[in-house]
Amino acid sequence: MTARKLTFEIFRFNPEDPESEPRMQAFTLEEEPYMTLFRALNRIREEQDSGLQFDFSCRSAVCGSCGMMVNGRPTLACKTLTSDLAATVRLHPLPAFKLIGDLSVDTGTWFRAMAEQVGAWVHERAPFDPAAVEEPMDDELAAAIYESDRCIECGCCVASCGVANVRPGFVAPAGMNRIARFMMDPRDARADTDWFEVISDDDGVFGCIGLMACHDVCPKELPLLEVYAYLRRKALGTAFLRKG
Amino acid sequence: MERIESTDVLVIGGGLAGERCAMEAAAAGLRVTILSLVPPRRSHSCAAQGGMQAALANCFMAEGDSPDLHFLDTVRGSDWGADQEVARIFADNAPIAVRELAHFGVPWTRVRPGPNQYHIKGEKVVIDEPAHKAGMIMHRDFGGTAKWRACYAAAGTGHAALYAVDGEVVRLGVDVRDRAEALSLVHDGGRCWGAVTRCLRSGRLGVTLARSTVIATGGYGRIYGQYTTNATINEGTGASLAMDTGLVPLGNMEAVQFHPTGLWPSGILVTEGCRGDGGYLLNREMERFMVELEPAKQELASRDVVSRHMMQQIIDGKGVDHPAGPHLWLDLRHLGVEHLTTKLREVFEICRDFLGIKPWEELIPVRPTQHYSMGGVRVNKDGEAYSLAGLYAAGEAACWDMHGFNRLGGNSLAETLVAGRIVGQKVAEMTRRVPLQVDTGTASEFLDRDRDRVRAWLERSGEGRSVYAIRDAIGEIMINKVGIFRTGSDLAEAVEELRALHDEVDRAVLGCKDPGVNPELSFALRLKGMARLALVTAMGASARTESRGAHCRVDFPDRDDANWLNRTLVRWGREDSDPDFEYEPVGLLDLPPGHRGYGKASHVEMTDTLDDYNGAVIDEQRRHGMRDPGQPVGSELKPGAWRDAEARAGIKAIGTGRSR
Repeated sequence: MTARKLTFEIFRFNPEDPESEPRMQAFTLEEEPYMTLFRALNRIREEQDSGLQFDFSCRSAVCGSCGMMVNGRPTLACKTLTSDLAATVRLHPLPAFKLIGDLSVDTGTWFRAMAEQVGAWVHERAPFDPAAVEEPMDDELAAAIYESDRCIECGCCVASCGVANVRPGFVAPAGMNRIARFMMDPRDARADTDWFEVISDDDGVFGCIGLMACHDVCPKELPLLEVYAYLRRKALGTAFLRKG
Repeated sequence: MERIESTDVLVIGGGLAGERCAMEAAAAGLRVTILSLVPPRRSHSCAAQGGMQAALANCFMAEGDSPDLHFLDTVRGSDWGADQEVARIFADNAPIAVRELAHFGVPWTRVRPGPNQYHIKGEKVVIDEPAHKAGMIMHRDFGGTAKWRACYAAAGTGHAALYAVDGEVVRLGVDVRDRAEALSLVHDGGRCWGAVTRCLRSGRLGVTLARSTVIATGGYGRIYGQYTTNATINEGTGASLAMDTGLVPLGNMEAVQFHPTGLWPSGILVTEGCRGDGGYLLNREMERFMVELEPAKQELASRDVVSRHMMQQIIDGKGVDHPAGPHLWLDLRHLGVEHLTTKLREVFEICRDFLGIKPWEELIPVRPTQHYSMGGVRVNKDGEAYSLAGLYAAGEAACWDMHGFNRLGGNSLAETLVAGRIVGQKVAEMTRRVPLQVDTGTASEFLDRDRDRVRAWLERSGEGRSVYAIRDAIGEIMINKVGIFRTGSDLAEAVEELRALHDEVDRAVLGCKDPGVNPELSFALRLKGMARLALVTAMGASARTESRGAHCRVDFPDRDDANWLNRTLVRWGREDSDPDFEYEPVGLLDLPPGHRGYGKASHVEMTDTLDDYNGAVIDEQRRHGMRDPGQPVGSELKPGAWRDAEARAGIKAIGTGRSR
């Protein structure tokens, strides 16, 4: 069987170069067995255009660096096999984040701001005691926390989110998942009423309009639909109690 | 516009070691700046999968475990190359580090009381976990340990730990510059005062002056090109920064670990936890070759030993054919869907995403792959670099040196947090004593030099090879001639060829000269450093005429404690023509050299008495630039504390060599 010739149509723009204009540029490559977009993009940079900007680090779908739009859908490039794609592949940077250049976007600033906004750390009940053994935790609960903790902050859900793309303060699906993760953690001192202040406005859970593209695109298959339902329930329950 | 700014503590590297260190300094009220090539949560710490070693003794198979046993395992694992004082500090503090992570929110897997099914040495067994340990942090088995000791969160332990620690960094308001790197350390010959920086969003240079500087940049696995489990960012930049000064030595650069189970051919890691949880290694005849070769530990001997047996199988024609070269199989089928999609979930995902297979139905192609850098910036037990005040290193970037010539699985995650805590406390204490006293002329000098380096790359034209071609050539030499099995003739060739490539870097030509970050220029600025690290690794391996841990000389098969019970130190300033190699004692010997309990049994006995060896350690190390450590933090050597530890835990003692 002869190898396919692949065409990559790639968004190009270097904001640091006054002469650069946003455009699409096509590159062609011969397909290899088990070729991923990690391999393909590195080959293009090393053989055809060494100025091409994109981000990879772990190349094993755990670091979250390589979120990009592949044929209009946000996903991790490193685990995308070209064999699953048609011969022409269109690549764009993730929307909703500031562009650094070509396929590279600034997720770091966005996620740091989100972490500060939702207080994404365990608010301790008492200072750590180095001499004490750990508090026991049921393994089922630990597994449930781990399930949410698996988010790798790749930004695919943010890019897919109709609200996050137009409302910069919205915590977005990744932020809601973060909130749910700490909310269910008994080590965190925050009560439901504390959380109410964080989540119960248009930048929080009531900003979501329920399109749920995030649930479909999450590369780690986080149960974002359940997260959303959990937070709505919690927020409504707290609101009800407050009124009552 | 270039700018000069100042901070109290500059941490280069935003992984677990750097961030844990930054936390201590920030909590002490100091201004801390972290430079990170990537947003810190994308640091390579996130890729650590299977576990973090700490002797909590929580589950049935961990009963009787203690820091004494952890110390013994670590020193034996190191093939007696470790600094035993550091191994002791580490083992005593690892339980605190694990429990502290629980406090920060890591969802450790917990003990489920009652009957639990495990796979141990090829047998399915059911063990009743004790009710009084219900909900305590669970352990899994790992290679080279006497007890189940690795604490874990499924197979995403590093990820969970990194997110918890980065949460604390955010809480403390630490200034994190993501997409920023250091190009040179600023120093006055006696003290380090920060670094020349480059912004990886704009390409702009600057200087960050600091009262203390910490290198926590991880390992140098990428000098092995694509034949590594390491992320693309693990290019040894911190080791290069230190070596470039010509003052600070790197320790044991030839001590390079190969992980038995890198996916073939992509090199992606699958955790040792797979074998810890009962996975097998198979050759083309579907034989579990490790059972016969290592009856005591089977698949769970130390990584150096397992990797050598695997390569020998491949050399003996027992590998499975593959277009990219032969490999072996990792068999997890018997662990079942439930276990593989929960306790080893990340391994299942890797198999699905990168191989398109279900690990409960199919075998996984694996081959030993470069994994860990035991060598690095040589520091004392407080983390202070030799020969340059105000400079510290922690984690994989450092040669602290608890791993010697072979690191045990699960000990590196634990090291990042233990060292981060301890070195961070020292940094906080020392920084308060030192006012910023550097003239801006010194800073400008270093900045000018780096500006010239950038300009030289952008102005050079001609017929030179690309930086990527040179990188690939270095990687091929390293894997083929400075790999698992080493010989004098291969190493001599490697040194010659690497020297030529090192010189060729100065003739390489860039294809891209665009303004802004320019990814090719960013890589080019690191390539010379990588070539220098590769060369000193090969030269160190060539000089060391013995086999110890991961350094295996086919032509010198024995560990030689008469001549080589020492640590390699290399200094090589950027302007010096040749590197300068010296050797120092490994440190105080508490556990006398002996048999590890797995691997090759014979070795050449040391000729000095233990007392003579130990009596000379401190003066010798001082002579090589060791800065006198302050009051010990956390723990200190407890001579002989290991003596009855095995008997107490009901373990038959293995060879500990001669006693005093």
